[in-house]
Amino acid sequence: MTLLEAALRAVAALAAFLVLPLLVGQAEHKVMAHMQGRLGPMYAGGFHGWAQLVADGVKFLQKEDVTPAAADRWVFRLAPAVALVPYLLALALVPVHPGLAAVDVPGSVLLVLAATSVGALGTLMAGWSSANKYSLIGGLRAAAQLVSYELPLVLAVASVALAGGSLSLVALADAWSPWWLLWQLPGAVVFLVAGAAELQRPPFDMPVADAELVMGAWTEYTGLRFAFFLLAEYAGIVVVSLLFAVLWLGGWHGPVPDALGWLWTLLKGLAVALVVVWVRVAWPRLREDQLQRLAWLWLVPLALAQLVLTGTGVVLGW
Amino acid sequence: MTALDTAFAASGVLAVVGGLLAVTTRHVVHAALWLVVALLGVAGALLVLGAELVALVLVLVYVGAVVVLVLFALMLTRAPVGPDLAHTVGPWRRLGSGLLGLASAGLLATVLVPLADGTVQRADVGSQQVAGQLFGTWVWPFELLSLLLLAALVGALAVARRPDAGAPSRRRGAS
Repeated sequence: MTLLEAALRAVAALAAFLVLPLLVGQAEHKVMAHMQGRLGPMYAGGFHGWAQLVADGVKFLQKEDVTPAAADRWVFRLAPAVALVPYLLALALVPVHPGLAAVDVPGSVLLVLAATSVGALGTLMAGWSSANKYSLIGGLRAAAQLVSYELPLVLAVASVALAGGSLSLVALADAWSPWWLLWQLPGAVVFLVAGAAELQRPPFDMPVADAELVMGAWTEYTGLRFAFFLLAEYAGIVVVSLLFAVLWLGGWHGPVPDALGWLWTLLKGLAVALVVVWVRVAWPRLREDQLQRLAWLWLVPLALAQLVLTGTGVVLGW
Repeated sequence: MTALDTAFAASGVLAVVGGLLAVTTRHVVHAALWLVVALLGVAGALLVLGAELVALVLVLVYVGAVVVLVLFALMLTRAPVGPDLAHTVGPWRRLGSGLLGLASAGLLATVLVPLADGTVQRADVGSQQVAGQLFGTWVWPFELLSLLLLAALVGALAVARRPDAGAPSRRRGAS
């Protein structure tokens, strides 16, 4: 790989990182509004309020960056970066076109999971360092939730890795066949549920619960740092959706020619992201005990059963 | 000095500095966060040496789960924001722990440094090799180890449960 190619790949990954979360965010604004029987932002930019997120970004830029006097200064200021940057790495690893990812390494599945698990630390750092009881409770809930849902998430991905016989996302997407839609269905459901829970999206937003914890770990954040947390959430949706599209929906496999594979992958990812938004609108927030019950009594056993099923299938050569 | 040497040295320095700060800082939560830095340094060193699977699993398990659990436990305690002065120790204990640390580091260095020949070599260990070793040659020690961890888990649960927990004890207390 020449220097030029490396630079091109880095720029492409950065561009995707800057554009796709905004796309998902705007889609959420509009889709959620229409699902709730209203219009959503209509003014900014003229056509159906397409520039609303840009306007929001400008607004965030103008706001004062406040660090509370009692806060643990360095940890508080570092937390948004810790939450955001790992998703850039994760997004760079996801392949979008036959055999093409911005960063193609042999163990990319594991690297994506490891990166997102580092990103989760950002929320905990924010929750603890704010020196605010709402933030602390939010951080506690986030930690409990992340530990519980990490396990089914990893097990579901392990099942696909087993089925495809590789730890590389590119190789796994190449190994995909339509039969996986049925064979890997329980794992797919587990991944989607656990992924939404890892992102602390409704109905799994007990840690941010704006009605009772104000905003949980983000309570004390203002301006750009707060925007970074929001951006991390949307980047997380993009990563989870694209990962789901590549691992369970076959990525670029489809009726269109290979040259349009990237479009196909992105469309599948966007469809998954819309499902994530839909879930947010459709379900009320789960209580803390219901959250833990769902993870340990349903998702972990289901993921383990899927692993057994996949192992059987691989040994029998399905 | 090759690029590999540089990368290895950088990861090593990161790991050592992170580890030193983790044990010397007075902020309890900072200690956990410096541990993350140290673990990332170790993972980087493993990556440079070609043990990709081990490095990634290290990050996934230790940073993603163990440090999260440590932070969770710390948030349940009265660990203050700022230096924890309630648990400072006297100069003699500092000296003793410093000496002990130096002694164990020296012991490890005398054993390990003669084994190294000065150059960093990359031995690409594929995940299939690791899997073959783990589930072929080493399968019984591996299973024994998981049994040990399971026993520890059950033991922790037994310790955490009070012997007279639940409704009967409350009735006894009321009568």
